Amino acid sequence: MALQDTIQVVEPAEEPKVATDNYEVVHEKSKLFYPEYERKSDLKHQTHYCPGCGHGVVHKLIAEALEDLGVQDETILVSPVGCSVFAYYYFDVGNVQVAHGRAPAAATGLKRACPDKIVIAYQGDGDLAAIGTAEIVHAANRGEKITVFFVNNAIYGMTGGQMAPTTLVGQRSTTSPWGRRPVNEGFPLHVCELLSSLEAPVYIERVALSDNKNIMKARRAVRKALELQKNGAGFTFVEILSPCPTIWGKDPVEARKWVGEKMIPNFPLNVYRDRKVEIPNNNAPPHKTVEEIVSGERKAAAEGMVPGRQHHFREMGIKIAGFGGQGVLLLGQLLAEMGMREGLEVSWLPSYGPEMRSGSAHCHVCLSKERIGSPLLSRPDVLIAMNEISLRKFAAQVAPGGTILYGRERLPEDVQIEHAQVICIPASEIADKLGSAKVANVVMMGALLEETECLSSATAMKVLEAKVKNPALLELDRKALDAGRVYIDHTVAVGAVTQADGFAQ
Amino acid sequence: MRQLCKGNVAVIKGAVLAGCRAYYGYPITPASEVAEAAALYIPEVGGTFVQAESETAAINMVYGAASAGVRAMSASSGPGLSLMQEGISYLAGSELPCVIVDIMRGGPGLGNIAPEQSDYFAMVKGGGHGNYRNIVVAPASVQEMADLTILAFELADKYRNPAIVLTDGFVGQMMEPLNLEYREILAPPKPWAVQGTAGTRKNMISSIVLEPDELEEHQRRMEAKYIRCQQTETRCEEYCTEDAELILVGFGIVSRVLRSAVDQARKQGIKAGLFRPITLWPFPSTELAACSARAEKILVVELSNGQMVEDVRLALNGTKPIDFYGRVGGNVPTVEELVVKIEEQIPASV
Repeated sequence: MALQDTIQVVEPAEEPKVATDNYEVVHEKSKLFYPEYERKSDLKHQTHYCPGCGHGVVHKLIAEALEDLGVQDETILVSPVGCSVFAYYYFDVGNVQVAHGRAPAAATGLKRACPDKIVIAYQGDGDLAAIGTAEIVHAANRGEKITVFFVNNAIYGMTGGQMAPTTLVGQRSTTSPWGRRPVNEGFPLHVCELLSSLEAPVYIERVALSDNKNIMKARRAVRKALELQKNGAGFTFVEILSPCPTIWGKDPVEARKWVGEKMIPNFPLNVYRDRKVEIPNNNAPPHKTVEEIVSGERKAAAEGMVPGRQHHFREMGIKIAGFGGQGVLLLGQLLAEMGMREGLEVSWLPSYGPEMRSGSAHCHVCLSKERIGSPLLSRPDVLIAMNEISLRKFAAQVAPGGTILYGRERLPEDVQIEHAQVICIPASEIADKLGSAKVANVVMMGALLEETECLSSATAMKVLEAKVKNPALLELDRKALDAGRVYIDHTVAVGAVTQADGFAQ
Repeated sequence: MRQLCKGNVAVIKGAVLAGCRAYYGYPITPASEVAEAAALYIPEVGGTFVQAESETAAINMVYGAASAGVRAMSASSGPGLSLMQEGISYLAGSELPCVIVDIMRGGPGLGNIAPEQSDYFAMVKGGGHGNYRNIVVAPASVQEMADLTILAFELADKYRNPAIVLTDGFVGQMMEPLNLEYREILAPPKPWAVQGTAGTRKNMISSIVLEPDELEEHQRRMEAKYIRCQQTETRCEEYCTEDAELILVGFGIVSRVLRSAVDQARKQGIKAGLFRPITLWPFPSTELAACSARAEKILVVELSNGQMVEDVRLALNGTKPIDFYGRVGGNVPTVEELVVKIEEQIPASV
């Protein structure tokens, strides 16, 4: 009924005169708007907003401010989802339209790409305060140097009047048919108050379009926010309480009044934040060239290349297993690095899991003269078992004639291994005597190199020199490597050790 | 000259070389090292790294950066990719180029963090809403993690479309020698970008096309570029296929195990060969059909319950018997296990 009444009221009795010489033009729309709205399919001289809608007013305030600041070319406007989804119909600036609620995230990507430009996110209450809550809070918290205009009309307009996060207690909507009940829907979200608990924002104000006086205050707030952004100040935010006559079922004058009488008492108008924020810029990353990053450790590797070494195998698979913290994964990486420096194809594949100590860890190292197929070893030639669990779990996988290096003094009494030769090395005890149980893995490496001659000790030292920067630790590693070799050489009875022929070819 | 490098780190070395200067991401096993490498390296060359509040935010930050014409990327694993699907649909609809890396893990739901290839449908067939395609490349080595990331940036820009680097936890976590020589890689000009300049003021990035006729036209134009992409961008690798009676088809880590299985089977007198798709979309259907023409049978192996096998069936269109073997839950088949499967298909000729 109200709609029909309105139509009757506005229907002119006769054709309106279009000639401008009959009246004086006292007011023109901002040049920041397109002269004609070509992106609209029809009615290209008017907006798609309903009569009395607040968006038209907010658009005008923003356009005039941008025009006065002289930043039309520098401005990028991010349109949201909601009634203002088509903001790009009107603003003659760079336009980006984004997914529902994500304007602050997209604006972050834009502003970081164009740091000296003006980036504006224009959002409604469903977009910003419901589906996009995380994005607005975190953009504000990071102090993104953008301006967010938050048009709050306490309702979902475009989808036809569903409850918004800012719908008032008791306010009816199509999805709160008995009025918003806090027991079911919670209370209205106060975004300015929420954001003002963060450190980074420089300017947060709530204004209203309830009457001309408040519209003039809104005009000042919009200008101030954009000016602050122009000066590179930081995150700026203006919430605008705005009428939605169509969905509220009111005429434009009543709707405006409702903003003043119902919304303002619930959403107090205030400057919630207006301060200069010094954000520390410590620990800035060093500048490097692309070449330095791409080639990374190439120089170091070049220094440690050991070309021309003959290897007695075509392919060798080594599985290393133990407790997390025993240096199992590191030992594998060192072997892979050594193999690479000796000109072999190599791969290192870790067991990976939630980051923690004292769990089990293992890795697979392939050394090969040819391109490596599977980096996953089902039949390793060598197993380095740093603890009993690993021995029991993986010993059976070792290829017939392969080698098991067990990091304890002797095998558990109930374990019998016949398909592979087993060498027991009390690596932890040896490492302890050297001064740190942490180098037990390097003791095992020494034993592996001496026993299998798969890679050279000289290469091992070159890799350790490149990786271990602390001279005392490097000396400890050198001793551990030697101790492992010496243990195989002298302690293990001659004859108990088969030669490398046992490896699968 | 080679450096020992982790797959996840190689992605970023390739990205830096390709001119990627914006990374937005969120940590997740087994993809976290991609974000860590990005945090370290991208700011060092003057780019942006931001750890987003969610994958949803991350992909929309990529959307913003891509709108400005920057080479931008993100990386995650299955659960994170599920959250990104909305953004990927918008990126495709708005014709924005970017690179997204999926280091696949076990699913559905939280699943586990061990390798699977079960995001094939989600990444290759779509996942988000609407008519669009992702360009998908599938690295199987650390070297390819870098090389195919570079290719992904180039294809993304060429077709103004998201490109996905799709691999599994093993390829992400493993270390191998990486040989990456510095060279200048220039992105093409992007006159469509919105950069806050007089020259780009007229530009608009958007996926809304309200009028049905106009949206149909927009989609037809997208289809045309997808057809061009299908005609020119397929990539694959063949191994011992010339005389193969059995063609094995697998991508990513599975192709590595299959390669060893082919060697093993040939030692036993079985003529097996390997077909490895490097692009999953566009799928190298013509190449597969040609290489299968002489073969008797096809065996597809995946770390899934059978996803890529559908594309193999479409490619061969009933011309060859196709069998499938899949492992899931994070289990990767061993060489011996696959040799048994091969023997079941083609008994050894003695």
